[in-house]
Amino acid sequence: MIENFSCPLTLDDQQIITLAHGSGGQQTSKLIEKIFLPAFANEHLALLHDGAVLSLPKNQIVFSTDSYVVQPIFFPGGDIGKLAVTGTMNDLAMCGAKPYYLSCGFIIEEGFLQADLQRIVASMKIEADAQSVQIVTGDTKVIERQTGNNIFINTSGIGIRMVDYPINPLQIKAGDSMILSGDVGRHGMAVMAKRQDLAFSSPLISDCASLFPIVQALLQEGITIHCLRDLTRGGLATALVELSESAKMDFSIEEKTIPVSDAVNSACEILGFDPLYVANEGRFIAFVPENQAMQAVKIIRRFSEGQQASIIGQVISESLNPSTALKNSFGTQRYLHRLSGDQLPRIC
Amino acid sequence: MKYVDEYRQHHLVKKLSQALHQITTRPWTIMEVCGGQTHSIVKFGLQALLPQKIRLIHGPGCPVCVTPIHLIDHALHIAAQPNTILCSFGDMLRVPGSRTDLLTMKAKGSDIRIIHSPSETLSIAKMNPHKQIILFAVGFETTAPANAMAVYLAKQQKLDNFSLLASHVLVPPALEFLLQSQGNEVQGLLAAGHVCTITGYGNYHALARNYQTPIVVTGFEPADILQGVYLCVQQLEKGEYCVINQYQRCVQEQGNLHAQMMMNSVFKAVDREWRGIGVIASSGLGLKDEFTGYDAAIRFPIEKPLSLKDNGCISGLILQGKKKPCECSLFGKQCSPESPCGAPMVSTEGACSAYYQYSNSRVLV
Repeated sequence: MIENFSCPLTLDDQQIITLAHGSGGQQTSKLIEKIFLPAFANEHLALLHDGAVLSLPKNQIVFSTDSYVVQPIFFPGGDIGKLAVTGTMNDLAMCGAKPYYLSCGFIIEEGFLQADLQRIVASMKIEADAQSVQIVTGDTKVIERQTGNNIFINTSGIGIRMVDYPINPLQIKAGDSMILSGDVGRHGMAVMAKRQDLAFSSPLISDCASLFPIVQALLQEGITIHCLRDLTRGGLATALVELSESAKMDFSIEEKTIPVSDAVNSACEILGFDPLYVANEGRFIAFVPENQAMQAVKIIRRFSEGQQASIIGQVISESLNPSTALKNSFGTQRYLHRLSGDQLPRIC
Repeated sequence: MKYVDEYRQHHLVKKLSQALHQITTRPWTIMEVCGGQTHSIVKFGLQALLPQKIRLIHGPGCPVCVTPIHLIDHALHIAAQPNTILCSFGDMLRVPGSRTDLLTMKAKGSDIRIIHSPSETLSIAKMNPHKQIILFAVGFETTAPANAMAVYLAKQQKLDNFSLLASHVLVPPALEFLLQSQGNEVQGLLAAGHVCTITGYGNYHALARNYQTPIVVTGFEPADILQGVYLCVQQLEKGEYCVINQYQRCVQEQGNLHAQMMMNSVFKAVDREWRGIGVIASSGLGLKDEFTGYDAAIRFPIEKPLSLKDNGCISGLILQGKKKPCECSLFGKQCSPESPCGAPMVSTEGACSAYYQYSNSRVLV
């Protein structure tokens, strides 16, 4: 009888994540050895200690964290792994920092395919390696099955500021030019089309990308950046409204200078969305002195993600009631506000 | 983008604006019927391009806004039943019923799904044979044919776990109600282009004649709207009152006959309450007798609706064009998209939401 006995917990060639993989026992170790260590290999992680002891240059440390819950986890132009690494590195870059180290925490549902986890981890490795960033500590938890297809990733990142002056909303000055690094609305529409299984004739591809190389080039070439903001949830409009309120400044932008691809525009028209409020994952706005704006645009345009960079507007003046006015080509204007909740597809 | 960019060209818009200034000699009040037009007007700041003598007032053409609260309560009641999946267009989810809204119900565990086409509901019904699938059918003549098609196909395919909660409203009876109401100030109408794409505009001729009101079937882009206003003012200045089709690239006089046929084979005209306005005779669509087996209102009966406390919302006056959103004492104070007092603040086609979203008027009131 003993020959036929097999304990389910010892099965390691199973292709899905089970609760045992989150138990902290043998399966957890095997999962780490099989999937995470080979991908993220570095001397800090190899110790498998409770934390990583890190060396950093003597300068101001920037620390940021973000969690990623995107559905679907694979989408045109990226996946949740790419997003989890680029997203946190982008947050560091927006503070003017070069990213050095990342942590990552996985929350995985039982039933999740190991092959999918491997694919996600491979994306993370590619993005981290591209910026010479190390993933030095991590954690894995497994939760009970709901749909069998959920994975959530948290990444935290440490970076070092590349300049000795602050880059934040309070540095925004009247007269500053606002530079948008590329066309808007790609990520939100790509994910939505995939999630809702909407087929558009033009492909919608996420703009998910690392922004650090562009920021580094701007700073290395002497552009005095007053403020940076990556355009994620809520899109360009929400970022501008938040910054104008933090800086207590009135902004004015020109609608015709904001690039939106035909594919995004068409999908937005059909669904009744405003592309200015649609999420991005590889775009930012930069506030720079007016006399450096053209030079900054030239630098950004050297990068493949920045080919459509343009000056979209100006900081007008200090204001007790800060507003962001959007001027259209007819010479009239409207004001941008925060949305209440997500944009929802309209009835007709 | 084809069929959009052409109608947003600034030189065309400016030319139309100049032409309008040239022909306008007297003050005129024109109503744009559709909420989509209202949004374009506010979003593109078109009022600023019109002569000062022209006053645009916003009509009742927002399907979410005019859906009576007892129908929203009915949808909420259905969504609360076990083993049901309520399918709705996204707009409806945030509109408050007497006690809660669909979005909150969804968060609490009700299976409520946002659909983009009524046909998705049939697929959901097939995939969930042991559940009841209910389509919350809201909208004007624009959405009615596709909803009718869903019922028609459900009957054909014997999908008995499908039913429809009908909340359809019809534009012409509402326009007649407004034109004959006491204190009506509307002198010309911009009819809703999308509705006329389905219905055509044959039945507007009598309306224009009887109420001596020019009607221009109008599109939704800036150039469409300015041309619509131009064609309306041109008639008003001459004392004429005809029906003109500005939106020729979509609308034909007879409309879409296939869509009408589908609509007429499934639905019949019924009296319908319009939120904030009241009951208008034969202004809604209900299922015909042979389709009552698919009527969610019968399958999931509800007791008498709760009586509502007056919260000061003037949506009825807004929907009839008698007040502007910024003339409401709640606007931008107690009432905002985060905590709406009435549907016009919720819907993407509601006048209050347009004013809140695009203008700076909330700091002025």
